[in-house]
Amino acid sequence: MNADKFIQIQNVEQTFKTAKGLFPALRDIQLNIAKGEFVALIGHSGCGKSTLLNLIAGLTTPTHGVLLCANREIAGPGPDRAVVFQNHSLLPWLTCFDNVYLGIERVFGKTESKAQLRARTDAALAMVSLSHAAQKRPGEISGGMKQRVGIARALAMEPKVLLMDEPFGALDALTRAKLQDELLEIVAKTQATVVMVTHDVDEAVLLSDKIVMMTNGPAATIGEVLHVDLPRPRSRVELADNAQYQQYRKAVIDFLYTRQGHVEKAA
Amino acid sequence: MVSAVFHSPRSGHASSARGASSNRPAAATAAPSRPAGRDWRPLWMAVLPPLIGLGLLVGLWALVSSLTQGSIPTPYETGLQAIDVFSDPFYRKGPNDQGVGWNVLMSLERVAMGFGLAALVGIPAGFVIGRFDFLSRMFNPLISLLRPVSPLAWLPIGLLVFKGANPAAIWTIFICSIWPMVINTAVGVQRVPQDYMNVARVLNLSEWKIATTILFPAVLPYMLTGVRLAVGTAWLVIVAAEMLTGGVGIGFWVWDEWNNLNVKNIIIAIFVIGGVGLVLEYALIRVATAFSYEDVKS
Repeated sequence: MNADKFIQIQNVEQTFKTAKGLFPALRDIQLNIAKGEFVALIGHSGCGKSTLLNLIAGLTTPTHGVLLCANREIAGPGPDRAVVFQNHSLLPWLTCFDNVYLGIERVFGKTESKAQLRARTDAALAMVSLSHAAQKRPGEISGGMKQRVGIARALAMEPKVLLMDEPFGALDALTRAKLQDELLEIVAKTQATVVMVTHDVDEAVLLSDKIVMMTNGPAATIGEVLHVDLPRPRSRVELADNAQYQQYRKAVIDFLYTRQGHVEKAA
Repeated sequence: MVSAVFHSPRSGHASSARGASSNRPAAATAAPSRPAGRDWRPLWMAVLPPLIGLGLLVGLWALVSSLTQGSIPTPYETGLQAIDVFSDPFYRKGPNDQGVGWNVLMSLERVAMGFGLAALVGIPAGFVIGRFDFLSRMFNPLISLLRPVSPLAWLPIGLLVFKGANPAAIWTIFICSIWPMVINTAVGVQRVPQDYMNVARVLNLSEWKIATTILFPAVLPYMLTGVRLAVGTAWLVIVAAEMLTGGVGIGFWVWDEWNNLNVKNIIIAIFVIGGVGLVLEYALIRVATAFSYEDVKS
């Protein structure tokens, strides 16, 4: 298996049936993602970023084209490709512990003892520094904490790929920065392959190895791919006045606002 | 179907946290005017308006009573009679003369039987109708056709099939309480947020695990709304059904006292029916709030 082509997206096209007829969401998507790579999908609202992520997750199947993960066709969702949802999607009737345990039990339940499963759950919550909230329900904790539980649930399954759909979009700037730093640490530790949908330019440049910039929908496609060659570990404070960082940032902004700026017309 | 249930602002305060937060500004504005000592205003607001409402009812009743020259008994007379009735609620002087306690209990038993059977059939039916589009399309026309039918129209069918007044009354309760439970459960299943189902799919949960950890808890609030509506309707219908079928029961009691021209007892019965309905409704609201969870999207 070629490590550079861990996830392969070939000629993918996605069309939705709507009340007004067929809606072409994506066309001609060609993308390879290497093992351990951090990829950000960025673009304006409605450009099909989330659609592409759902295709990789296997939640939807493409109208045309093929998606491969580790040389096997993605036929449906599975715990090897964990998803962190935009609105965290924790089950409100379960405690944080049980929410995380649910995934762990599914993946490791057949091979490990209950005590081991519980230890894994505790470790996952500790990783996102939420051990103290383990017995709380999602309704009793803040938005940032919920998102961290969502990340813990996804990471605890030790997925090959971590898919994140605007995971920090609903959070305030300070919480978001803190979680981004935590995510950088976790990803460095676990060497996970990550695909993250975002509309935040700084987030994309700070976190990614590769930024995939999408054109405006309908029938959106990949406009440009930017490789971010900043050394890791990255510190947001040091990068703030790094000339290279500013260049990457400008390149993305230039794409989003100069070349794909006519978002009102498209929407 | 969406349930339309009347809530006074106060009952909202008691049952939901949202109501509590909206009440806080009123208490806060009252506090500065009386910095020392206890603030009695919330207590007054809780007690006074309901008392005035009740007083209005009694006043109106007394007015009607005096206008009809006493063919509608006065509140005072009825009150005396009520003391008499309630002092011995469990007497038995033959099949048609039993205490009000027995009558209420017999009615409640019929409601419980009919309602329990309806829950046994209706809730699972609601689950499968909500889960499978084919079944939903198959049963929706039937439900739409049968639901508007007055439950009492089913009473003759019940009498014919079951050859007895008591099973026929239970059958009527069954018919009237099954629809809200089927419909609300089905709607609940259909409205399980796609996010939860996506979680289930990503985690690759088994169908059993999906049913127990996602579907059932997500549907529970809808189901309980259905149960509440069903119990409310059942309690409405039992009175009418018993008037027709006879036997011991609060509905029969009303009809019997009408034949005896004992209007005081009829008025007492009205209050008893109202009181029991209130208690049933309140109990189910308490159950429902215990099983409601904060929406994840908030």
